[in-house]
Amino acid sequence: MGILEIKNVGKRFGGLQALGDVNLSVAENSCHAIIGPNGAGKSTLLNVLVGKLIPDTGSVMFDGKSVLGRKPYEICQMGISRVFQTPEIFGDLSVMENMLIPCFAKRDGSFTPNAFMDLLKDREIVERAESMLEDMNMIDKRHMHAASMSRGDKRRLEIGMCLSQEPRLLLLDEPTAGMARADTNNTIDLLKQIKEERDITIAIIEHDMHVVFSLAERITVLAQGTPLVEDTPDKIKGHPKVREAYLGETQDAA
Amino acid sequence: MFGLDKKHTNLLLLVLALVILAPFLLNPFPEGSGMAQFNAGYPDLMQRFVIFGIFAIGFNILFGLTGYLSFGHAAFLGVGSYAAMWMMKLLTMNIIPAIAVSVVVAGLFALLVGWISLRRSGIYFSILTLAFAQMSYALAYSVLTPITGGETGLQPKLQDPRILDGELAVGASPKANLFGLEMGASFEWSVGSWLFTFNVGYYVAAIAMLFAFYMAIRIFNSPFGMMLRAIKSNQQRLNYTGLNARPYTLAAFVVSGMYAGLAGGLMVAMDTQVGAERMFWTASGEVVLMTILGGAGTLIGPVLGAGMIKYMENIMSKINSTILHEWFAFLPDGLENFVVTLIYPFIGKGWNLTLGLIFMLVVIFLPGGLVEGGQRIAKLFKRKKPSSDTPDGKTTPAE
Repeated sequence: MGILEIKNVGKRFGGLQALGDVNLSVAENSCHAIIGPNGAGKSTLLNVLVGKLIPDTGSVMFDGKSVLGRKPYEICQMGISRVFQTPEIFGDLSVMENMLIPCFAKRDGSFTPNAFMDLLKDREIVERAESMLEDMNMIDKRHMHAASMSRGDKRRLEIGMCLSQEPRLLLLDEPTAGMARADTNNTIDLLKQIKEERDITIAIIEHDMHVVFSLAERITVLAQGTPLVEDTPDKIKGHPKVREAYLGETQDAA
Repeated sequence: MFGLDKKHTNLLLLVLALVILAPFLLNPFPEGSGMAQFNAGYPDLMQRFVIFGIFAIGFNILFGLTGYLSFGHAAFLGVGSYAAMWMMKLLTMNIIPAIAVSVVVAGLFALLVGWISLRRSGIYFSILTLAFAQMSYALAYSVLTPITGGETGLQPKLQDPRILDGELAVGASPKANLFGLEMGASFEWSVGSWLFTFNVGYYVAAIAMLFAFYMAIRIFNSPFGMMLRAIKSNQQRLNYTGLNARPYTLAAFVVSGMYAGLAGGLMVAMDTQVGAERMFWTASGEVVLMTILGGAGTLIGPVLGAGMIKYMENIMSKINSTILHEWFAFLPDGLENFVVTLIYPFIGKGWNLTLGLIFMLVVIFLPGGLVEGGQRIAKLFKRKKPSSDTPDGKTTPAE
């Protein structure tokens, strides 16, 4: 029984069957990658997991509780954090403020009308945010305007923000899309480090095979809305069905 | 001090000083001199500065922080005014219950409007608030005439019950007061050819504004204020950070509605009458202009914007062609007429044209409003002469 259990999930957009009959189990504290060619339904599946879409059929259980019908913020409070394809951060705010927000969300819940408290006098939260910035090697950038950072730094900040919510499941949607090789390698190292140091389950959707094979312990190949095979990276590499559906076109994909 | 850091304490003290000294600062020209028409230190206008300052500070909490552009905030001002007026008719001419009730009623009305309007964001939110305000205006004018007085509006009448007040003396009219201290009462002090007016109503409104400003600073510096800025910056990330944006925006909406209600209540306290035109959409638009002109999202900006617009509305509009001819009398006749013809459309009734031009210039060249202008000037001075500390005698008549 995995921490995330997806059973018979189907989703149709008009005439398009985006997800056919998806069954997937993600084991606790593992790193599970979902790969597949364009239009395979990876993003649809992710949007179902975070509450952005409600599937037509099936069930999604996280830690024994259904996530279906819950709002994104509720699912996040349950312990699922999402890293976006393009880094989603609070660009108008400082790096420190970006980090303070998830710390408040973790401690105080989805809404707290604390309008007369002084932000920086909350030592507990400030210290937690500072230590996370240190973990991310960004403490010297704390006063920077978040929007003015490089893409790699934004990604780092976003991952740090997700981690400070202490999620049990971290969802990554093509975390290295559009990144230079150096930034990609930095991100891989960061994710490896996170995997080693924390009790966290990582589910990753990725195009870049280099990233997938460096990180994943199990891989599910999705094609035309249904899982084709699920196995360890070594077996996936040589799998004839996968080669046929997918690998031929991805050697050069970034 | 007051739970604020040094920078914000200084800002609050600066505003305190400006507000206390306003009767001097706004009356820099001697009576009877040619420039006396630029004096703004008379009670009616000073009251308007601070009351619209409160209105704009509150509006800025919603618009400046969350980015939700309400186009119907005058409705809360109007509702607050009507509520205050009814307190004066039913209970007492003392302004305390009137103002308290105006804040509460406007807050409740904002809760209803916000609860419905905040289901949408962006332009749809703006249109919903505009629709609510225009409905309120239309209702106040027609169906709700028994409550609002329709076209004639409401004033305190001699035969009103006023159960807490004693019988009025024969021939006396009901006057707004604070435990007997009449709002209209003024103390005039003449120094040489200068005349300074200290008005009770102005100082009452000024205390309310200082309180409103202090609360705004607290909100800006709180985690709650940071969440509101986060909503403006990236609502998607906020949702995926486990925070529910709706109660935050609704709280900001209600708070800014209460500020509008306070402004409405004070308006009635200063000038005991209210009409539906106070809720008309141009009044909602005006507070948007004030906030953007001064600098949305800044603390002092909305107050500056409100001051500037009210100053222009009351002072620029008084300049007429006779005054212009006096000014340019030194020019040869033909040229004088030409210059006057050229300037005439921008003054008097044309003051809106000037305001529009200034607004356009600010939005294009100073997107951060007058505050950004001030910051740029300050930066320029710092860069030019880093050591010197004499501001070369340039005193700005700050409002």
